[in-house]
Amino acid sequence: MTLVLGFLAAIGRSTLAGLAGVGRFALYAAETISHLARPPFYTREFLQALVQIGWLSLPVVGLTALFTGGALALQIYAGGARFNAETVVPSIVAIGLTRELGPVLGGLMVAARVASSIAAEIGTMKVTEQIDALTTLSTNPMKYLTLPRVLAATLAVPVLVGVGDVIGIMGGFLVGVGRLDFGAGAYLKTTFDFLESWDVISGLIKGAVFGFIVALMGCYHGMNSGRGAQGVGRATKTAVVAASVLILAANYVLTEVFFSA
Amino acid sequence: MIELHDVHKSFGALKVLRGINLTIESGKSMVIIGGSGTGKSVALKCILGLVAPDSGTITLDGQDVTRGDRDAFLARFGMLFQGGALFDSLPVWQNVAFRLLRGSLKRPVTEAREIAIEKLRRVGLKPDVADKFPAELSGGMQKRVGLARAIAAEPEIIFFDEPTTGLDPIMAGVINELIREIVVEMGATAMTITHDMTSVRAIADNVAMLHDGVIQWTGPVGDMDQSGDPYLDQFIHGRAEGPIESVR
Repeated sequence: MTLVLGFLAAIGRSTLAGLAGVGRFALYAAETISHLARPPFYTREFLQALVQIGWLSLPVVGLTALFTGGALALQIYAGGARFNAETVVPSIVAIGLTRELGPVLGGLMVAARVASSIAAEIGTMKVTEQIDALTTLSTNPMKYLTLPRVLAATLAVPVLVGVGDVIGIMGGFLVGVGRLDFGAGAYLKTTFDFLESWDVISGLIKGAVFGFIVALMGCYHGMNSGRGAQGVGRATKTAVVAASVLILAANYVLTEVFFSA
Repeated sequence: MIELHDVHKSFGALKVLRGINLTIESGKSMVIIGGSGTGKSVALKCILGLVAPDSGTITLDGQDVTRGDRDAFLARFGMLFQGGALFDSLPVWQNVAFRLLRGSLKRPVTEAREIAIEKLRRVGLKPDVADKFPAELSGGMQKRVGLARAIAAEPEIIFFDEPTTGLDPIMAGVINELIREIVVEMGATAMTITHDMTSVRAIADNVAMLHDGVIQWTGPVGDMDQSGDPYLDQFIHGRAEGPIESVR
């Protein structure tokens, strides 16, 4: 009996701790958004974050899209050949990339690069009392550190996804024309004949949501980092894992919403 | 004048402050001493609002520090953090002029830079340090930059958290002298936390000893050696034997 009660109490404690964590994160997200409408706005920090998150993530997102587009073309060709539907390769590559793989893989790559770096930077600032120093210098850390990064990621990731879409389609094109004997003109015509603007727009919306998630998780876990190198390391790991899982969960929810609409 | 009245603070089951009563007079230099983990930094952070006390009141010139305009309140303070807490991503001059580049005390960039260089000179650093990054400086130089930042906006009240920790004795002496000079020159109210008895004698007008979550003794620095308080005597003479338990 005692064992059962102990087990149930452990489950209860974990559940309460989990719910408290969700509540703290929700409050943090709400406070971040509420600062959007209240001055001051740190433009310099925002532009720096835009370069860090957007421009410097371009190579990794571009390479991911390029190789994914190429592999996708080969896989769809192999699958399509089973029922004589090889000609769908260009349109399925484009639709698959713009609606799903572009934003999800782009989001995950940005999570790995950006959530980790934000969490490590802010976590280090926390343990070296730089966050306290900001406060004593009459500067709100939420406004100075969190808001510029979250806003920059929310705006930059859709652009990265858009660029990734183009590069991914190019990857499919290169494999389709070079390896699968498609005509260049025919490949591009099939791609754009079946691609609708909503395919692209829905992917960009996903990109904005994923960017918001990545930066917010990086900032939240950095701000709540434990002490010392171990605390910063744990915050960094948790930020990347949580951002990745949330991206996949949000992707399903958004896809369901777009599917039902 | 800063007054703490019956301030309590716990972290979970750990009671750090158990009812602190302390008065820091305007224009005077108060040094708080006490063993590691006795809550000195927590008391200081409670005054600044970085940590919320569980109960008790803290007033600045008779006004509750938790009420009123927070920016205006913080604009009256400067603080030197134990590790410097310089912003790694900013060059030295922007660290020093941080407050002058944004917010209610904002100045034109050229003026802010001039003030930063002047403050760096005041703490014994040459102008060529201004464009370096904190990671390029030694520990002593970082402390000086932190000191320059603390005084950049000419605050009425300056807090020093372990200003000489980690410095060699000569550099510690230099920092102590600088603190004393600056506090006298600016007529500022100062509150310093330290374990370093040389610092205490160099900086303090008044001393308070924090032990077991309460102020064990407070008085003028000149009375410290004849206090007759066994806790204070043990601490200032660094004895292992006495009422303060030491872990071996």
